[in-house]
Amino acid sequence: MDLTIALAGNPNSGKTTLFNALTGARQHVGNYPGVTVEKKQGQYNYNGLNIQIVDLPGTYSLTAYSMEEVVARNYLVDEKPAVVVDIVDASNLERNLYLCLQFMEMGLPVVMALNMIDAAQKRGIRVDADKLSQLLSIPVIPTIARSGHGKTDLMKAVAKIAEQEHHKKPLAISYGRDVDPVLDAMADEIYQNNFLTDRYSSRWIALKYLENDEQVRSLGRKHNNVVADNLEAMVDDLAVHLKQTLDTYPEAEIADHRYGYITAIMRQGVISIKQDQDRLFMSDKIDKVLINRFVGPLIMIAVIMVLYHFTFTYSELPVSWLETFFGWIGQLADRYIPNGLLKSLIVAGIIDGVGGVLGFVPLIMFMFFGIAFLEDSGYLARVAFMLDRVFRFFGLHGNSVMPFIVSGGIAGGCAVPGIMAARTLKSPRERLATLLTAPFMNCGAKLPIFALLVAAFFAENEALVMLIITAIAWLGALVVARFLRSTVIQGDSTPFVMELPPYRLPTLKGLVIHTWERTWQYIKKAGTVILGISILLWALMSFPSLPNSELARFQAQHESIMNTASSAVLIELQEGEQAAQLSNDAHALHKKLLVLDGQEAEAALRYSVAGRIGTALEGLSALAGFDWRTNIALIGGFAAKEVVVSTLGTAYSLGAVDVDDTGSLSDTLAASPVWSPLVALSLIIFTIFYAPCFVSVICIARESGSWKWGAFSMIFNTALAFSLAVLVYQVGQVLGF
Amino acid sequence: MKVNLRQMKKNQNGSIVQVKANGELGRRMRDMGLVPGTPIKVQGRAPLKDPVALRVKGFTLTLRNKEADFIEVEVD
Repeated sequence: MDLTIALAGNPNSGKTTLFNALTGARQHVGNYPGVTVEKKQGQYNYNGLNIQIVDLPGTYSLTAYSMEEVVARNYLVDEKPAVVVDIVDASNLERNLYLCLQFMEMGLPVVMALNMIDAAQKRGIRVDADKLSQLLSIPVIPTIARSGHGKTDLMKAVAKIAEQEHHKKPLAISYGRDVDPVLDAMADEIYQNNFLTDRYSSRWIALKYLENDEQVRSLGRKHNNVVADNLEAMVDDLAVHLKQTLDTYPEAEIADHRYGYITAIMRQGVISIKQDQDRLFMSDKIDKVLINRFVGPLIMIAVIMVLYHFTFTYSELPVSWLETFFGWIGQLADRYIPNGLLKSLIVAGIIDGVGGVLGFVPLIMFMFFGIAFLEDSGYLARVAFMLDRVFRFFGLHGNSVMPFIVSGGIAGGCAVPGIMAARTLKSPRERLATLLTAPFMNCGAKLPIFALLVAAFFAENEALVMLIITAIAWLGALVVARFLRSTVIQGDSTPFVMELPPYRLPTLKGLVIHTWERTWQYIKKAGTVILGISILLWALMSFPSLPNSELARFQAQHESIMNTASSAVLIELQEGEQAAQLSNDAHALHKKLLVLDGQEAEAALRYSVAGRIGTALEGLSALAGFDWRTNIALIGGFAAKEVVVSTLGTAYSLGAVDVDDTGSLSDTLAASPVWSPLVALSLIIFTIFYAPCFVSVICIARESGSWKWGAFSMIFNTALAFSLAVLVYQVGQVLGF
Repeated sequence: MKVNLRQMKKNQNGSIVQVKANGELGRRMRDMGLVPGTPIKVQGRAPLKDPVALRVKGFTLTLRNKEADFIEVEVD
């Protein structure tokens, strides 16, 4: 037999730990339809009973303000799980019961897992589970999720309740002499008109009307306008009355009485406290240092540096393994597939594309592991607490710092894990603004472009210029965030009413599961899309191929070079491929041939669709000082910023330039009449701000839940980047640089 | 003495008299247990003096100063 149950509870109550303890590796992560909230499902086997467990998002309440609350509530109403297991932090009983009462008011069969009884005991708090069970008339099972203690008892209670109770009478709390009569009258009106009663109980609907619940109200308006108007009028009358007599609101009155009900339960000997409650707990002692006015920020900077190095230094080795592996496959393809389009497609389109996506995997794993550690330990909430004042000014949230840093706030990061790090932000508007601005940071792939330009034009001030580039990226990201928050993502800042959870040592199992499931989601979602785009971009840069007459011309030049050479030199070239060992004549010939190959590649690139776009845009891009060669390179940069330097090399007839060795290209640029320090500066500005790479765009679309924002980031960023580059170039010219 | 939560000093104790916020902010405050009659203690402030950390019902809660403005406290 199958049974579906839901795990619900406050954030930081150990819900996910209990879920992991129950289901182990047998879990499946997806999304709730239409939103980015994660839906985790797993299984537990109890005496042949197959229990499907759904891990609902952690919430403090069941109002409809956050996405998590709406998701949890809709699931409970629409999917009707046989039992709701409410995980309650034993040290925090009062606040946790607030949610529990709301489940009971919905008439859901509840089993309480009284969790972390060990931690509570250490704090001198003892909860009488039997007494609590008796007072609430629901089973209360003490558990310790970390060790798995009590999980069998919990499932036993779940199985028993599932068998017994099919219909539970909703809990009816008295909300005082002002609210109760109105509540009853409204429930009557609802019951008599069958107003939404197929989904909810009548008293619950009335309660939600009194609580000003937007979701229920808009459902009501769609269902039956007349009844909805009546109910709203009744609420308004009560609101006026309460304002006049008690200077309060119906929703406040309801909350007060709910807490009153909880206090009444607590007073009946449910809880006994042995030690002085004012005693400093371990967590508070740690906080004395970690959020100290002076030491706190210094420690925070150190922690961020450690996270950064952990992500980018330790992932170097697996990244290089992947690079070697894909290099090896590329060589294999190069050797066994005959020259031509198919080979070019497989090597440049498919292998490079897949390699590019998988190349991020180690980075993402390390980043998620590090952030999960900070999050589960409770430190991330402190970071938000310390930085909120700064980031709030720009319409962001204290937790925006992590995505910014990982994206390249310390130059050399990567926007892909950075965007994913924004998941820790629970406030939707701040989160969206963070997603959209994090890619301005200087990721590792932009650095070779800066290095090339700085070496060519600002060699004497290298360190200073790099510092300025980082500062421009931060300033730009913050200012744009503020701009977005006052235009397209308008709205009040989400309240910072947030818990600072007690410090806890995260479990390795939790960290590993967390890291793996997010990494796997990335591979699944990004992989398929990127492959297609990578092939498309390859096609743009390869088609149409040079016409036969041009090919013949290059062939003829090739032959004429070969004809001038003596046969001894030709034989030498055929035999020895190492240029260093060649005689002077052979070396000269080899060089001539390379130059010719470079010219052919340049011609082919210019003739391709990308080349034509680049040439066609020259009229416009000249405003920022870019010629067609730069344009093509930047078009390549839409796919991945790594491509910019190598494409620029091809456009300058140097063949594909290795990003680690840009010496010859920077010499070429420095000597070119088209280039000047001003053009370089303009290009640097453009590179900082223009469209994120495709992998980032896809991540933005996924994390924001809409392709609209992915498209927005491409168009808006490119427009912004171009305006800034034009401004720099034009002003610079007027000033005579 | 009745004061605004913003004016409370570090380690000062008190009991909530009134929460004047409604809408989302009011709801979130109540969800976290900030209701009249609740004893609170100011645990500290962030390095830039804002937000403030409170001890409520055995756990620690943060609020921005402009959110704290909505809360009236009877200090001990």
